[in-house]
Amino acid sequence: MTLMSSDSTNHIYIVGGGHAGGELAFSLRQQGCASPITIVGEESYLPYQRPPLSKAFLKGEVEVPSLYLRQQAAFEKANIGLLLSRRVERIERAAKQLVFDDGREVTYSKLALTTGGRARHMTISQSAQAERARNFHYLRTIDDVLAIRSRLQAGQRLVVVGGGYVGLEVAASAVARDLNVTVLEALPRVLARVTAPEMSAFYEQVHRNAGVDLRTNIEVTGLDFSAEGDVVTGVHCTGGVLIPADLVVVGIGLLPNTELAQAAGLDVDNGIVVDEHAVTSDPDIVAAGDCTSHPSVFCGRRIRLESVPNAVEQARVAAATLAGKPRSYDAVPWFWSDQYDLKLQMTGLSHGYDQVVLRGSMDNKSFAAFYLKDGRLIACDAVNRAQEFMVAKRLVAACKSFDPAVLADETVPLKTLAPAPAAPPPQN
Amino acid sequence: MSIRLHVVDRNGEAHDIEASPGGSLMETLREEEWGVAAICGGMCSCATCHVYIAPEWADKVPERQSDESDLLAELQFRQQSSRLSCQVRLTDALNGLSLTLAPEE
Repeated sequence: MTLMSSDSTNHIYIVGGGHAGGELAFSLRQQGCASPITIVGEESYLPYQRPPLSKAFLKGEVEVPSLYLRQQAAFEKANIGLLLSRRVERIERAAKQLVFDDGREVTYSKLALTTGGRARHMTISQSAQAERARNFHYLRTIDDVLAIRSRLQAGQRLVVVGGGYVGLEVAASAVARDLNVTVLEALPRVLARVTAPEMSAFYEQVHRNAGVDLRTNIEVTGLDFSAEGDVVTGVHCTGGVLIPADLVVVGIGLLPNTELAQAAGLDVDNGIVVDEHAVTSDPDIVAAGDCTSHPSVFCGRRIRLESVPNAVEQARVAAATLAGKPRSYDAVPWFWSDQYDLKLQMTGLSHGYDQVVLRGSMDNKSFAAFYLKDGRLIACDAVNRAQEFMVAKRLVAACKSFDPAVLADETVPLKTLAPAPAAPPPQN
Repeated sequence: MSIRLHVVDRNGEAHDIEASPGGSLMETLREEEWGVAAICGGMCSCATCHVYIAPEWADKVPERQSDESDLLAELQFRQQSSRLSCQVRLTDALNGLSLTLAPEE
């Protein structure tokens, strides 16, 4: 690869080799961009999907190549360069240069920042020693999970710190592999930041029924180590509780990787600040994915999302901008989480809701929770209700009020409430 | 070893591509620049790998399961021949399969 050639004056660099970065590169080609394109990634892998990391990949049901967005040959065919296992140290905006960790410099014509995020680390005094231990892991990358899954053996005692989606998915995967699992959540309920108490209670019950020792209102205060100091043997918690452990996985949130942008003087406020076209405060630099703070038409405020749909759709908007065909990013957020036999699909953002309406039965593990604010439908969490989820996406996108009694009434098909879809295309 | 697929993309352009039996149709289609988004990676959660199977192949592809039917039911561009390509496993019997990518929703 002749990636370091500086003869081209129209070279587009994409810093960050995750889902947003990969999508942005291919989207540029789809939109007819013929410029040299290079993705710079800190990991050694091709851009890959992270959602399976806490599920199928952790359980060993799929291997690394099937995580890749596209295989190596597709990058070669599209003439998209990859500089992997490489860090960008800084951006020299005046000279439009990137400086790499080995001191080399390249010149960009346009730059895309898809730097994503990193796992939030524990702040206990022993965290540095824990991070050197062989059985203590955060979960963000393929390498994290390769290390975890080598220890995911039946009968082992796993302590999961954090009752968010990552923690709960790890717990479900470990139960499937017959580990003894404890989940520790500092707040009074799991998924507290993203769902209603009813949903939290449902998921807590599901995990307890599966055999998970799930504890809330409990914080980690310290760790015990083996005599050699390289293995965590127990987790100390508030209330004087000590939980013996063979393996510790911590999933306590994500920090956006904004330092590179910040050091370059770009606007940063809970993410790299971009406009509706994914342009940063420098017109030659776009950004997309978990690392951005973007205006949401739907929410009426700036938001930062940690989700694959956001990474993909915002990357496409950023690519359109670079290709000279700008369009606005106005997608309604959506998410999914698979645990046990439960397919959870979510649309909208429930933050600020004042009413929850349940349709269907939690006992039958098939229901949808609708979140309303001043009567307006702002979000829906659907469990094992894919069809109603698809309708709910349209309902939530409509930004309208709906009668709570009708939302709850299973005798009224949800789709009778939905705006009619546009006419289908002629039969092919 | 490999099989051939005839695919019409969203611009109406026809492509003759190779695929390996064993994987899903989606996994082959997402390798192409003009291919499917497959945002959820094959979990049957997003319906962004929607395709139309040519009528003569309709009875040769494996039947839909309920979760696939549930997602398809509410798609704006659903047709009789609609499938989510992540749910179609490629076999030797599908050598020559002909399909069209559905518009993005």
